[in-house]
Amino acid sequence: MHRYIPNTDEQRKSMLTSLGMQNIEDLFVEIPDQIRLKRPLDVPKSHSELELLAHIGALSQKNLGATNYTCFLGAGAYDHYGPSIINHMLLRQEFFTAYTPYQPEVSQGTLQAIFEFQTMMCELTGLDVSNASVYDGATALAEAAMMASNATRRSEVVVSGTIHPEHRAVLETYGCTRDMAIKMVPHKEGTVDMEALRAAVTPSTAAVILQSPNFFGIIEDLGAAASIAHEAGALMIASVDPISLGILKSPGELGVDIAVGDGQPLGVPLSFGGPYVGFMAATQKLLRNMPGRIVGLTNDSEGQRAYVLTMQTREQHIRREKATSNICTNNALVGLATTIYLSVMGKAGLREVAEQCVSKSRYAYEELIKTGQFEPAFAAPFFREFVVKSKRPVAELNQELLAHNILGGYDLGQEYPELENHWLVAVTEKRTKEEIDHLVRRAVQ
Amino acid sequence: MNIPTELLYSKDHEWVRVEGDIAYIGITDYAQSSLGDIVFIEMPALGSTVRMGGTFGVIESVKAASDLFCPVSGTVVNVNPTLEENPGLLNSDSYANWIMAVNLEDKAELAGLLDALAYKNTLK
Amino acid sequence: MRKETKLIFEKSVTGRRGYQLPPLDTPAVDLATVLPVEMLRSKPPGLPEISEVDAIRHFTGLSQRNYGVDAGFYPLGSCTMKYNPKINEDVSRLVGFTNSHPYQPEAVSQGSLELLYRLDGLLSEITGMARTSLIPAAGAHGELAGIMAIKAYHRHNGQQHRNKFLITDSAHGTNPATAAAAGYETIEIKSNERGGVDLDELRRLMSSDVAGLMLTNPNTLGLFEKDIVEIAAIVHGEGGLLYYDGANANAIMGITRPGDMGFDVVHLNLHKSFSTPHGGGGPGAGPIGVKERLVPFLPCPMVEFDGTKYYFDFNRPLSVGRIKNFYGHFLVLVRAYAYILSMGPDGLRQASETAVLNANYMLNKLRERYDVAYDRICMHEFVLSGQRQKAQGCSTLDIAKRLLDYGFHPPTVYFPMIVKEAIMVEPVETEPVEVLDTFIAAMLKIADEVETNPALVKSAPHTTVVGRLDEVKAARQPVLRYTGH
Repeated sequence: MHRYIPNTDEQRKSMLTSLGMQNIEDLFVEIPDQIRLKRPLDVPKSHSELELLAHIGALSQKNLGATNYTCFLGAGAYDHYGPSIINHMLLRQEFFTAYTPYQPEVSQGTLQAIFEFQTMMCELTGLDVSNASVYDGATALAEAAMMASNATRRSEVVVSGTIHPEHRAVLETYGCTRDMAIKMVPHKEGTVDMEALRAAVTPSTAAVILQSPNFFGIIEDLGAAASIAHEAGALMIASVDPISLGILKSPGELGVDIAVGDGQPLGVPLSFGGPYVGFMAATQKLLRNMPGRIVGLTNDSEGQRAYVLTMQTREQHIRREKATSNICTNNALVGLATTIYLSVMGKAGLREVAEQCVSKSRYAYEELIKTGQFEPAFAAPFFREFVVKSKRPVAELNQELLAHNILGGYDLGQEYPELENHWLVAVTEKRTKEEIDHLVRRAVQ
Repeated sequence: MNIPTELLYSKDHEWVRVEGDIAYIGITDYAQSSLGDIVFIEMPALGSTVRMGGTFGVIESVKAASDLFCPVSGTVVNVNPTLEENPGLLNSDSYANWIMAVNLEDKAELAGLLDALAYKNTLK
Repeated sequence: MRKETKLIFEKSVTGRRGYQLPPLDTPAVDLATVLPVEMLRSKPPGLPEISEVDAIRHFTGLSQRNYGVDAGFYPLGSCTMKYNPKINEDVSRLVGFTNSHPYQPEAVSQGSLELLYRLDGLLSEITGMARTSLIPAAGAHGELAGIMAIKAYHRHNGQQHRNKFLITDSAHGTNPATAAAAGYETIEIKSNERGGVDLDELRRLMSSDVAGLMLTNPNTLGLFEKDIVEIAAIVHGEGGLLYYDGANANAIMGITRPGDMGFDVVHLNLHKSFSTPHGGGGPGAGPIGVKERLVPFLPCPMVEFDGTKYYFDFNRPLSVGRIKNFYGHFLVLVRAYAYILSMGPDGLRQASETAVLNANYMLNKLRERYDVAYDRICMHEFVLSGQRQKAQGCSTLDIAKRLLDYGFHPPTVYFPMIVKEAIMVEPVETEPVEVLDTFIAAMLKIADEVETNPALVKSAPHTTVVGRLDEVKAARQPVLRYTGH
C-alpha cells in the first residue's frame, strides 16, 4: 500500500468482511460498466521522495530564480525583504494544515490572526472595515467594481488607463458577466488625465477607479478623483500598494470608499506569480456589500473574548444565487504571512522600508539619467518604480543585462504602443548601492 | 403562537394593518420564531414600488437569510428606522415593530389576504 | 481548558523593534523634496512595536489555539481533509520557484513552464478531458471560469438565448452563486427519493433555453449518480453542456472519469483530492478541464510546447480572457504536481478505493444509532441525520460541539440542506482504521450521552480554549477590527 495510505491489505479485507463484501469492486457496483476506466491512469509511476526531489529539483534549476540574480523588475510583483520568521510560522502545521475556521472553538488561532490582518489593512488604508482577504489584487479590484455597482445600482465604471494592464483585463472579464460598461480614461504625462476623467463620469457611473502608485510607479491624485466621483454620486475605488502606505497619506483620508490591492510586497516571495493575497477595505456604509469572509469579535458563554466568522449570510453557502459574490475562500495562509510581516516590521519598519525604496529608486533614477543614455519620461513624483526612456530598445537592453545576471525593468512598449523604448525600473530596499551601480554600468555598455 | 385577530396575514408569514390608504407590514410571531435570533434586516428604499408576491427585503439570522415577500402592491412611504440599529426587536415583539408602510395601489388586493383564523390554519 | 489571549496590538511597547535592515548606502532623500507634502502621511498606521521574540511567542501561541489535520481526524464531508505531504512543502520552497518573477523571460522560466505543462497533461488524463487551465485560484473561481467558458461557447455558436442553468437542490452554495455571478438564471432541480437527479424532472426542465446542468458526482450526499449516462444524453440532446463540480473527485480517481461520464467542463479542488494544504482557508487552486470543443474558450494564458521550448500562449482570440493576474497559484500547483507523481497510477486508484471503503465501513457502524439519509452504498462520504437525537433534545450542532471534547474536528453539519440535521462524514484514505474506530466510539458514546445526560452535550464544548460563542452578538454588533490604539 502507498506510504500515504495506512490501511494494509489485511485491514482492508477485514473492513470489507464487516460489510459482508469480498472484494473492493463490490463497493463500485453502482458505477455503470461503460464508464469504468479499464486501464491504469496514464501518469508516471509512483515516485519516492528521492526521485521526486531529483526530478522537481532539476526543473527548479532551469529557472533564473535558482541563480544569484539581481531584480530590477516590478510591474506588480516586487522583490522585497521577507523576515525569516514568516516561513517558520507558516510551517507550523496548526496553521497550514487547518481547515477554514467554521468551528471557531478549535480555530481561534486562525480567526485571531485574520482579525489582526483586518485591523492592519484598516490601519494602512485608513478605512473602517476589511474582509479576511481574497485571491489577489486583480480579483480584489474586480470584486470592488461589482460591490460599487451593487451599492449604487449603477452599471458603469470609469477606469484610468494607468492601472495594471492585467487588472484591467480581469475587470473586463468580470464586467462581461454582468454587462458592466467599462470606460477607460487615457493618461497624460504619466498620470490619469483628470479632465478626461471628469468628462467621462456620468450619473450612470458606479465608481471611478484609479491605482496609486500607478503602473508607471507614479502617485495619482486620489483626492481630486474622489471629489469628481462623489459629485456624480459615484464611489471612489483605489488600488493601492501596502508598502507605500507606510509613508503616503491613506486612501481613506483622501475620500476613497473602497481600497484594494495585493499584499505580495509584505513578505511574500515572487513565487512565479502566486499565491499572493488580495485585500479589500471599505467605509462602514459598504459593510453589507463586502464580499468574502469576515471575522468578528464576540465572547463565549463564560464571557471570554473570542473571534468568529460573521455576517456569513452574505456568502455563497447561505445566500446561494443571491450571494454578494461566489467567492468561498480567503488566502488565509498568505494573509498570515503579511500579518506576521507587519507585526515584526511594525510602524518603524514599514516606514524605513518605504523610505529606503524612495532613496534607492531616486538614486538609480538619477544615475541612469546622468549616463546620457536614458531620459526622464514623466515629471510626476514616483514611489519605488520609475519610467525612463531608453536610447536602445528595451528588449535588447534587458537581454544584455540578463547575461550579467540582472533582471532588467519592464518593457512598457509591450502594453502601451505610445511608450516604446520606455523602461519601468523597480528598486526596493533590497537593492544595494553596489547592485544599482552595477546595473547602471551594464546598462550603458 | 401569537396571532392578533385584528390583523390580516399572508401565507408568507407577514401581517398587514391597514390605516386609511396605508398598509403597515411586518412578520408574524411564527416567522420570528422560525428564523431564530434576527441579526439584520434589509429594507426597501423610500419611494420604491413593491408588488404583491414580489420580494421587498431580506431578513437575516446567524445561519440563514430569507427573502421577505410583499403581501400588497404600492409605494413604500416609510421604513422602521429602529430596526436598522436593533433588529432583535422583531424577535421581542414582531407585531409592535412594523417593517414598512406602503401606500396601497389597489385595496382590492386586501381581500386576498387571510384573517387570523385562516392564517392559523396554514400553520398546522 | 479555557484561556484568553491578547491581540498583537495589545502587546506593543513603544520603541520596541523586531527587525533590522542594512543601513542605507545610497544618499538619504528627504521625502518632502521628492513627494508633495500633501501626499505624505501625518500619522503612522497603527502597527505594533514588538521584538522578534514577541512575534514568535504570539504566533506560536495562536497556533496552539488551532487544530490542523496533522493533529488529528478531520472528517469534514466534501472537504477531503487528507494528509498534506511534507515533501510537497519542501519542493514548493525551492528557490528556483520562490525566486522566479512572473515576468522574467520565458527562456529562464523553462522549469516552471514545463511543470505547468506537465500538470495540465496529468490532470487532463485523470479527469478524461482534453486540456486543463491551471489559472483559477480556488474551486469557486474555477467554477466561474468554467461557466464563463460555457457561456462563451454558446454565444460563439449563436446560442446566446440560453439564459438558464440547472442546479441540483443538493448542490454546494457556490454552484448557484457562480451561475448567478455569470449572469444566468438558476433553476433548481429536485433530487428523487434515492438521492439522485430525478430524470423526469430533468426531462421536464431541460430545454433549448438552458445552457447546461451543474452536477457533482458522486453528489453532495456521497451517492453516485447511476443515471449519469442518461443525464448526459438528456442535457446534450437539447444542446446543453454538462458541468462537473470536482469537489468529490476523491471517490473516483483511477476508477471512472468525468470526461467518460459525459461531462464537458470540470473543475478540481487541488486542496481537496490533490492534498495541497488548506492553510486555514486558502490558498487553494481550482483548475478547469474541458473537452476539445471548449479548449479555445479557456482563460488566458495556456502553456504550450513547440517541441523545443515551453511558452505562454496569449494568442487565444476566443478565450474568456484573464480571470486573475499572472498565472495562478503556482506554488500550490507545484505541490499538486508532486503529489500526483508521489502517488502514481496505483496510488491514486488505491486512494479512492480506500476512501470509499473507509466511508462504507463507518456508515455501517454508525447506522444503528444515527439515522441514515439514504439507504445506499455510499462513495467516499455519507450523510447521517441527527433527527433521532433532535427528538431527544440535542441538535446536530450540539453533537458537533461535543465531538470537540473528544479531540476531533466535527464532520460537516447542516449541509446538504435537503437533509434535516445533516451530518456529513468523509473519512479520507490517509486515515488508519484505528482512528475511524475511535471516532465511531465517540459518536456512539455521544448518542448515549444524548439519552442519559443531554445537558452535557448541549453545553459542549468544555475542554477547548473557548466555549460556545455568541454568534448572534457577532452579527448584530459587528466589531471587525481592533480600535484601542
